[in-house]
Amino acid sequence: MSAASEVAPPRAGRAQRRITPGKTGRRIGFFLLLALFVVASLFPFYWIVVTSLKTPGEIAKGTTSLLPSHVTWSNYANDLTQQNFIRPLVNSAIVCVSATILTVIIAAPAGYALSRTRMRGRPLVLGFILVAAFFPVIAMVGPMFIAYKRTGLLDTYPALIISYLIYTLPIATWLLASYFSQIPKELEEAALVDGSTRLRTLRKIVMPVALPGVFTAAILSFILAWNDFLLALSFMTTPNMYTAPVAIVSLGQSQYQVFYNLIDAAVVIISIPVALLVIFAQRRIVSGLTAGSFR
Amino acid sequence: MTARPDLAAPPGLPARAARRSPHSLLRQDRRFGYLLAAPVVLVLLAITAYPLFYNVWNSFHHVDYLAPPLGGFAGLSNYAKLFTDHQFVPALVHTAGFTVVSVSVETVIGLALAVALSKRFRGRGIVRAAIFIPWAVPTVVSAELWKTMFDPQQGFVNYVLGQLHLPLASTTWLDNTWTAWAAILIADAWRNIPFMAIVLLAGLQVIPNDLYEAAKIDGASAWRTFWRVTMPLLKPALMVALIFRTLSSFLIFDVVYIMTNGGPGTSTQVLTNLNYQAFLIDFDFGYGGAIAVALMIMALLIAAVYVRVFRTEEPA
Repeated sequence: MSAASEVAPPRAGRAQRRITPGKTGRRIGFFLLLALFVVASLFPFYWIVVTSLKTPGEIAKGTTSLLPSHVTWSNYANDLTQQNFIRPLVNSAIVCVSATILTVIIAAPAGYALSRTRMRGRPLVLGFILVAAFFPVIAMVGPMFIAYKRTGLLDTYPALIISYLIYTLPIATWLLASYFSQIPKELEEAALVDGSTRLRTLRKIVMPVALPGVFTAAILSFILAWNDFLLALSFMTTPNMYTAPVAIVSLGQSQYQVFYNLIDAAVVIISIPVALLVIFAQRRIVSGLTAGSFR
Repeated sequence: MTARPDLAAPPGLPARAARRSPHSLLRQDRRFGYLLAAPVVLVLLAITAYPLFYNVWNSFHHVDYLAPPLGGFAGLSNYAKLFTDHQFVPALVHTAGFTVVSVSVETVIGLALAVALSKRFRGRGIVRAAIFIPWAVPTVVSAELWKTMFDPQQGFVNYVLGQLHLPLASTTWLDNTWTAWAAILIADAWRNIPFMAIVLLAGLQVIPNDLYEAAKIDGASAWRTFWRVTMPLLKPALMVALIFRTLSSFLIFDVVYIMTNGGPGTSTQVLTNLNYQAFLIDFDFGYGGAIAVALMIMALLIAAVYVRVFRTEEPA
């Protein structure tokens, strides 16, 4: 398995059988293919980081090298001060965190109900949740715009928090239902026999065990909410209320020029939280994304 | 379990004990379930069923805020406009074409990637995370990132083409119909191939290893094993991935809005962007409603077709 044995020419006997030229070639091809995928995934990030570190003067000259000649943090400073990009970041954080918490609070009990109680209409509810997951979000835009306008919620956090539930609730409920169904029934039965009430058992006995599932649902919900562009574009009408993705699109935009250094610095900033989530919770996200999706 | 509760509970016992009988326990259990599930159902109804019916109502009425009076019955005129405004049909053609091409490309490459990632090798976790990051970043990031990459001055693409003395080095990618589509396709594929790969990889991992060993003993080639063992067993995962991707590709908005906003002219106009413009640029909620209704019906049809196709193939 060591690199040396792969490179060494086939000698005799056992080695010959194991490392034929065809097999070595295929291994090299395999790793080249993987390397290609990794580079294709990550190189564009490198490019925006480089662009975000260029001085305005260098931007004006156009691309002349794969490296920035003078590294400057001024674009980041400019974004965070003059361009007022902190406000949209705070808006995004408030809306996404609130939507995530709200999602967990109402999806966790529902997930429990759908997997652990003998409620009627279970297939109907699960089917409806699935249909809601595929609901075209654009169809919400017109009617909800009118509704929010009439209720004075247009351009406020609650409007966006409620709207984001269309992204988060279906997947979170689905995921938690499948998570609860894997927890041994005996656990809560024992508590019930001991005279604990249903709600108390759920809160004190079942929820702590289900915490990893709840955590996964929260991470996924946050990523999905953080990803939104269309709903924030539609329901946040003044720049002060823009979320980060909407603010980026209007950032440093003048009639004559697009300031890629400013845009890309902001792009780097909003990529960081999700990149960290992926690096530290990859397994969780992947298992959440595929939980109960094909059984 | 089947004993009638009133028979099971001896007469004369306090009411409390009677309530604990199996029958009322079941009822209690159900009521508990409804109570816990209700908020999700109510919220989802409010944000899906309400817009659905409101769109239907609007689509049959005159609800153009820039051309009052509002609320008059409009018959089918909003639906007729779908075919007379010279925007909807081309947008439908663009969207359908883009969906077919992007989903095909992403499925083939995503499958190859999933097969590669299912092999054991050193550093697999890191490679997986690296490849997975593009899915997790917002679509705004993928759109702005590829807009930078394709920019004639700041972009990497034209720089490399120029360095290698290849043609197209002075292309203004987003200003020409086909090159703009290519840029949109690449931005979309870059973000969604990882999604395809992750879902298919999960599907690959539930295939029992014995089957591969059996195929090996029978002397099946790798190619044959792939088509005869892997593909049939991958079908459930493939269906999930295809439904998700087809619908989200059909409803593409962010990347198009940011990279081209339907331009040059209307040559990259897609249905969702047209719908957005009808709603919040023209404030015509009647026509917007008609587009939204059409979109909802088409989305439902796409899902139904997939379920049908994969169901009928199952017994084979």
